[in-house]
Amino acid sequence: MYQTTYHRASSVDEAASLFAKGSESKFLAGGQTLLPVMKQRLASPSDVIDLGKIKELQGVELSGDTLTIKAATIYYDIMTNADVKKAIPAIAYLTSVLGDPAVRYRGTIGGSIANNDPAADFPAALLALGATVKTNKRSISAEDFFQGLFTTALEDGEIITAVSFPVPAKAGYEKMRHPASRFALTGVFVAQTKSGEVRVAATGASQSGVMRVPAIEAALKANWSPSAIDGVSISASGLLADIHGTAEYRANLIKVMAQRAVAAAR
Amino acid sequence: MGVEGIGARVVRKEDKRFITGKGRYVDDIKLVGMTHAHFIRSPHAHAKVKGIDSSAALKMPGVVAVLTGREIVDDKVGNLICGWAITSKDGSPMKMGAWPAMAPETVRFVGQAVAVVIAESKNLARDAAEAVAVDYEELPAVADVQAAIKSGAPQLHPEAPGNQVYDWVIGDEGATDAAFAKAANVVKLDVTNNRLAPNAMEPRAAIADYDAAEEHFTLYTTSQNPHVARLVLSAFYNIAPEHKLRVIAPDVGGGFGSKIFIYPEEMVALWASKKVGRPVKWTGDRTEAFLTDAHGRDHVTHAEMAFDANNKITGFKVKTYANFGAYMSLFSSSVPTYLYATLLSGQYNIPAIHAEVIGVYTNTTPVDAYRGAGRPEASYLIERLMETAARQLKVDPAELRRTNFITQFPHQTPVIMAYDTGDFNASLDAAMKAIDYAGFAARKAQAKSQGKLRGIGVSCYIEACGIAPSKAVGSLGAGVGLWESAEVRVNPVGTIEILTGSHSHGQGHETTFCQLVADRLGVPISQVSIVHGDTDKVQFGMGTYGSRSAAVGLTAILKAMEKMESKAKKIAAHALEASEADIVIENGEFKVTGTDKAIALPMVALAAYTAHNLPDGMEPGLKESAFYDPTNFTFPAGTYICELEVDPGTGKTSFVDFVAADDFGRLINPMIVEGQVHGGLVQGIGQALLEHAIYDANGQPVTASFMDYAMPRADDVPSFNLSHTTTLCPGNPLGIKGCGEAGAIGASAAVINAITDAIGKNNLEMPATPDRVWRTINAA
Amino acid sequence: MSTVKLTVNGKAVAVDVEDRTLLVQLLRDHLNLTGTHVGCDTSQCGACVVHMDGRAVKSCTMLAGQADGASITTIEGIAKGDELHPMQAAFRDNHGLQCGYCTPGMIMSAIDIVHRHGGQLDEATVRTELEGNICRCTGYHNIVKAVLDAAGRMKVSQAAE
Repeated sequence: MYQTTYHRASSVDEAASLFAKGSESKFLAGGQTLLPVMKQRLASPSDVIDLGKIKELQGVELSGDTLTIKAATIYYDIMTNADVKKAIPAIAYLTSVLGDPAVRYRGTIGGSIANNDPAADFPAALLALGATVKTNKRSISAEDFFQGLFTTALEDGEIITAVSFPVPAKAGYEKMRHPASRFALTGVFVAQTKSGEVRVAATGASQSGVMRVPAIEAALKANWSPSAIDGVSISASGLLADIHGTAEYRANLIKVMAQRAVAAAR
Repeated sequence: MGVEGIGARVVRKEDKRFITGKGRYVDDIKLVGMTHAHFIRSPHAHAKVKGIDSSAALKMPGVVAVLTGREIVDDKVGNLICGWAITSKDGSPMKMGAWPAMAPETVRFVGQAVAVVIAESKNLARDAAEAVAVDYEELPAVADVQAAIKSGAPQLHPEAPGNQVYDWVIGDEGATDAAFAKAANVVKLDVTNNRLAPNAMEPRAAIADYDAAEEHFTLYTTSQNPHVARLVLSAFYNIAPEHKLRVIAPDVGGGFGSKIFIYPEEMVALWASKKVGRPVKWTGDRTEAFLTDAHGRDHVTHAEMAFDANNKITGFKVKTYANFGAYMSLFSSSVPTYLYATLLSGQYNIPAIHAEVIGVYTNTTPVDAYRGAGRPEASYLIERLMETAARQLKVDPAELRRTNFITQFPHQTPVIMAYDTGDFNASLDAAMKAIDYAGFAARKAQAKSQGKLRGIGVSCYIEACGIAPSKAVGSLGAGVGLWESAEVRVNPVGTIEILTGSHSHGQGHETTFCQLVADRLGVPISQVSIVHGDTDKVQFGMGTYGSRSAAVGLTAILKAMEKMESKAKKIAAHALEASEADIVIENGEFKVTGTDKAIALPMVALAAYTAHNLPDGMEPGLKESAFYDPTNFTFPAGTYICELEVDPGTGKTSFVDFVAADDFGRLINPMIVEGQVHGGLVQGIGQALLEHAIYDANGQPVTASFMDYAMPRADDVPSFNLSHTTTLCPGNPLGIKGCGEAGAIGASAAVINAITDAIGKNNLEMPATPDRVWRTINAA
Repeated sequence: MSTVKLTVNGKAVAVDVEDRTLLVQLLRDHLNLTGTHVGCDTSQCGACVVHMDGRAVKSCTMLAGQADGASITTIEGIAKGDELHPMQAAFRDNHGLQCGYCTPGMIMSAIDIVHRHGGQLDEATVRTELEGNICRCTGYHNIVKAVLDAAGRMKVSQAAE
């Protein structure tokens, strides 16, 4: 790791001001993404601003039909939270299969979405549920937030403060793990909103990061059942390919994981 | 057997330090004034090193030195050697390209070191390494063995035209051809044995400490064989004469073969320590392990087997291309030849075998022995072929094997090995019973009704281990003898120290070796300690690999014990005024048989060292040593059967059951033996399902971290159902065959045979990743 | 450089380190607690797992500064004098270790697994929960046995307390 200066912020405002002072600052929450990158000397922030201990970034709130998860809430606290389990059990499940137990004690929802890592799990949930990303400056719809591989709408120094999810009628998530990294080789989040809209998002699959899957949405809109997807054909074009999964395989996984997510949806 | 004797499930003596965090691995050691090394490694698979500018790095605070390949060559540190000479079929010796510890002119694989930074801390060394400018001129590279042998392929070494190290043959070609000419059926198979990265969990590390006053080096290193390291460093690398070089391999965090070899990093650390006049420490990271630890396997093979009308094998023809990587590592040449082709008879009576092995250089990390070393490649080939044959001949796979089993021993195969004993039907029966082979069809149908594809796969392996009779391996080209040494020291107070040339890096020697002593003397193992891993403490020995520590190392201890006991009996007889022939050893006492007269071991020991009243002419002391050279290899064998399900939607494999029936001869500690089998099985399963060290066409490694190289994890593998059938090995007095490699040798074929059975398609390469299985299911 | 103040195995310590220092480096290089190991560069192998405020974390994936004010327990700190922690004893009794390198991280993770699941542990759960710890020697068979065994022992010792 290159030399860096570590700061622990006690408020969002302090974090923003510390960030502005550094020549090339980075925010750190759980550090489960940034630190491995820094260890490999692939990132060399002058200053690291730790958001992990900021009280206003912690916690889960269920208010009416909106579930809000503050940005620095760790995965373990999300997956075990009674409101999360009650309102959107698919999020509790997604979090419980994200990373490994030690990662789940450190990693945060903010960290999972801040990079739009193509293999991260949470982007699929945000996109499928039509979530809103709250920052210290504004609110951004998930649709607008994820802008392509490793690209988000976040401006330099902008801090994610929370993610708000509309509580769906039903939602489910299933993924195939990458055999080595254990990130999502392909994961699919399916949701049926309370107004009857169907939204399906796949992570790990596309070269442009998390994506909606309109063909499956249409099929499920007509008939919310795994078998509705049987006839859907997913194109391999534009999908990721690596030693653990060809594009064709990922296209197949989008379909199969969607079917299983529908079967599991509650 | 006593509670701590041979055959007892004694918990390990060494565990306390490991479970309390008090193990002492190389990286845990700090010396006063110690500096830290960081290697500058080639990012190119093949390139000329045109210049190295270290001026900026040398100005950085904390930088002690930047040393280059040119300097180590100029200082006459020797090139790395390959210790087993193989002769091609045309009579020519194998063709070796020079391998300097750091490359002065040409790099031939990604990760090859060109220079080293020595600094006050590890971080500073790495910071400075980025300031060293290396000017490379890239050359065309080749990583694939088939591509490397084509005309026009990039050439690695001028010494090896066509990138060919050797073209070696074994067996009787004429007899084999004749068998094929008369065959009722011929079964053909092309098999790739995937390249693996060993990945012992402890990365390699070294600390070198030069004492200028004594002109003496001490090297702490992650080695399976510290004496071999000292020998090679002294005799071939010109580091220092043996008496001026102490090599210590303290606690070592796994080896699996990869820590047999003497690597450039140890050589550089030693040389640099003298250059800078301070201790030098290097600890590899995981990426360096992927780039520089010798890889395993990497064969491409075409094989054909001839059968008569009764489904008896009549001939076996094999042609294998073995990828050696960019240089010939220490024992690499022997792996695809004498450790592979000599096992091609498997458990079967095969009258004629002919094999040709072509060793090839590529721009990849050197390949050498990895758990099983050649024998997994042989076993996988044979057992995939037997399965293929059963499918083609439409007979039950287990029955086809049974039809061809060797049942008379000793058995001379057509490929050198003389199997001493075994009972292949017994292990097959035990495994079939354990997995309820007869009930499989019903279970398959049941699974099908739930949308799952269920398969069963058999693998009957045999290996040659207890490596090895020195005269035999010498006649085949080995540069060393493969005996083992031991010394038994009975201290004046009656406690016992066993000095062994074997090295434990997980195998539990500190317990099992004590069990032999407990068994013979009836003393508690707490009174015995095992000393190993330090060339200043222990007599020359050959180390641990090839499942040899019990069959060879423990037998050496037995021989030394026998000498010690013989002398002790004389002392006891003298003290008890009895005849030596009447003395028996029981419960730590020397007793006159049939009487109540006895003298305890501590009193015998004390008598030996006070020497006040010894038999006339007897030397004082009670310490004996022995060198044991085995007369033959040992031949562990067994049957593994695996039952699994494939999810047709994802191609993912889930284990239902995995049974192993092994014949290891006598077991010293069944608990430890089972642990060895569990670990080996998972390495075999890892090869079958997950692991593959991959290079792109330009020699860039694609799998250089655990992010890309899939290691087996707890939820990838099942629990195992183990059993043992026993034929005692006649080749050593304890009847031991060895157990360290069996799992890794036998498991892969069982898994692939089961998956191909499940999906109804025979051709499937390892690793059978979900993607690959899904594509195979859906292929036209 | 910063001064990191934390409690390690019950003792308050203050250590001056570069800001880029990882928690595992602070433990190994500055406090000589070498029982915590490093087996990979990518936060996957789990050889470095320690407890921070009672939870199993990867000490290679935390800056030392992030642990400021925290209470850290390492493999050296779980036995009560000569009395092994039940998880340590179970690893020994079930031959859940061979070379010992992954063992400290395994034990620290396993204790956390039992704490989270209490009496609800079965083989499949243990295997899933060990996802973040890689062992090359044991094939996991005896590690899984050890964790299940220790779960029983820890319940008994909790009941006794």
